Amino acid sequence: MLVSLLKILIFPGFLFLAVYAMVCEYIDRKVYARLQNRMGPPWYQPLADFLKLLGKETIIPADANRRMFQILPVISLSAVAASFIYVPVVGGSAVYSFEGDLIVVLYFLTIPTICSFLGGWYSRGVYSTIGSVRTLTQMFAYEVPLFMALLAPSLIAKTWSVTGMASFYSEHPLYVLINIPAFFTALIAGQGKLERAPFDSPEAETEIVSGALVEYSGRLLAIFRMSMDCELVLVASLISAIFLPFMTGIVILDFVLYLAKTLAVLLILTLMRSAMARLRVDQMVNFCWRYLTPAAVIQIILDLIIRGGLAV
Amino acid sequence: MSRKGKDNRIVLPIGPQHPSLKEPASFRITLEGEKVVNAVIGVGYNHRGLEKACESRNYVQDLYLIERVCGICSHTHSTAYCQGIEELAGLTIPRRAAYIRVIVAELERLHSHLLWLGVAAHEIGFDTLFMYTWRDREKVLDILAEVCGNRVNYGINTIGGVRRDVDESMLQDISKMADALEDQIKYYLDLAMTETTLSVRLAGVGKLSYDDALRFGVVGPVARSAGIADDIRVTEPYAAYDEVPVRPVTDTRADVLGRTVVRIKEMLESINIIRFCIRNIPDGDIAVKAPLRIPAGEVISRTEAPRGENIHYIRSNGTDKPDRVRVRAPSEANWRGVKHMLEGGYLADVPITIAAIDPCYSCTDRAIIVDSGSRTEVMDWQSLRQYSIDWYKKQGVDTASAKVSAKEYF
Repeated sequence: MLVSLLKILIFPGFLFLAVYAMVCEYIDRKVYARLQNRMGPPWYQPLADFLKLLGKETIIPADANRRMFQILPVISLSAVAASFIYVPVVGGSAVYSFEGDLIVVLYFLTIPTICSFLGGWYSRGVYSTIGSVRTLTQMFAYEVPLFMALLAPSLIAKTWSVTGMASFYSEHPLYVLINIPAFFTALIAGQGKLERAPFDSPEAETEIVSGALVEYSGRLLAIFRMSMDCELVLVASLISAIFLPFMTGIVILDFVLYLAKTLAVLLILTLMRSAMARLRVDQMVNFCWRYLTPAAVIQIILDLIIRGGLAV
Repeated sequence: MSRKGKDNRIVLPIGPQHPSLKEPASFRITLEGEKVVNAVIGVGYNHRGLEKACESRNYVQDLYLIERVCGICSHTHSTAYCQGIEELAGLTIPRRAAYIRVIVAELERLHSHLLWLGVAAHEIGFDTLFMYTWRDREKVLDILAEVCGNRVNYGINTIGGVRRDVDESMLQDISKMADALEDQIKYYLDLAMTETTLSVRLAGVGKLSYDDALRFGVVGPVARSAGIADDIRVTEPYAAYDEVPVRPVTDTRADVLGRTVVRIKEMLESINIIRFCIRNIPDGDIAVKAPLRIPAGEVISRTEAPRGENIHYIRSNGTDKPDRVRVRAPSEANWRGVKHMLEGGYLADVPITIAAIDPCYSCTDRAIIVDSGSRTEVMDWQSLRQYSIDWYKKQGVDTASAKVSAKEYF
């Protein structure tokens, strides 16, 4: 009981997630800055930003729905934290896992986006309204390819559990090669999920200031930003657990391997962010339905054929 | 703020304060979904009364004011002003001074276009290009500081020539910088042509066709991107441009991508002009002595600013102060087309469309009094004084006892 509680709260649960989220934010910002020929922030910058926001005055717009406005950041953060329990960090197995937890993780992953949409909607500001409409529009574009790309590997692994898929693919590493199209689809759709360039039109600074969260400030904004950082870690962990399931069997080494894999995914996401201009939301939707979704469908068909071949 | 009418339209205020605007201006964008159906543009938040201030200072003091019309293209304004006064006073500046003016003008064009490219990249969320171009702009600013002593307001022009000479080592530094910059600019040209996210964001955005460009009277890169080969350096050469070969860069795309390509190619052209000037700069004096009192007359002086045609009108009355100075910065001509460019486009393209004319708000802003009534009258001094007394009486102040005559003012 105590051990499980420690696992959930401290390692590899919430505390680890929070610390690692800040480390990831730092690495993301530093690499982004170095790619742009800038110095970049010092290592403590994400923590300093978080603490500064905690100490700032929280302003709630007069027109906003007070209760929803205050509760949404908390729901967003808790959804991300809850889903992290089902993602393997140490030794290839998650803190808890059951058959079908992949669906739960994907469901929880949707909640921060919905929260950001509702937060913008309930702020009643004109910029936040447009931002939240864009958030939702974009969600309908990347959600389908992202889910299909993450579910396709489960057809071969014949399990709907993240831990199960990780252990299946680590036992049969060659099957990973089949899922390479899904890996790239998930990376690109994940970039859309995280609302990073080139898919950052929901928070386009130069058009709608900062989109859905423009009215948020102080502690509430700090929690929202924290949940976004955690989302980044969650997406990176999920992609590396499903598509890069290489393990040694030694716990410490596996943990180091986990860090290496997630950071590799993060670097690809950062590189994507720094190399492209922001797409318009209609161009983003077009791109997702025209290229990403067919790629994911082809992946599923491929996996079904191979699964049939394996059964015979 | 969001006023939703029965036709489900949203009015989005961009400005007076907004992250995409570098200076205050107001754009009220009426949206139907993401489509812009109407745009109302309001400028005038940055009016400084420079033209009026010029009338109460002498010609040399005015030079300092005119230098500060624009922070980016200060040289082109002081060139236009000096040229005008030199014409009124009948001065001919030394050739060496004319060449130095051209070198500084082209360096200014380089830094202005690099700055614009960075701002444009930032508007479409491409911050890496923004950082790259501003890094390269630093090289140009360093050279400007070396040649003129200042990074921004160069202070090199004076009535009758220039204030500082260039020596051999400066010319060498300039050509070294030009060589380094040329490779970078070629890379940006390649990037604008080949990078997919750039071209999908820029192509077809903010269209202003050849006919519309003529109708709205736009100038500079906006006109040249629509195929109008209008360049004051060619059509009415000033300074040393009559000896320097200038090829006006035009394009037929007539959209933001066209404007981007025109500006990048103009930078390459500027580098060629600078190289020609360095090779052919004559020896000699850098200034002739200018009189303090300028003979009565009026003059229109035109230069090609980085943003387009810049017009100065100066009227002198034989004293050491001008009677009237009128500055028509290029942005004032380019504003007219912006509403046409915005309408029918997407909200996401509004910032880049506005940025594509390279607007300079404070150069453009002037006080305009819109009289809603149709009453006009000419007031003489007495009736104006009576009007003022009546106005103050209404405020509770009686100024009728004060003895003031018109003579004390003139």
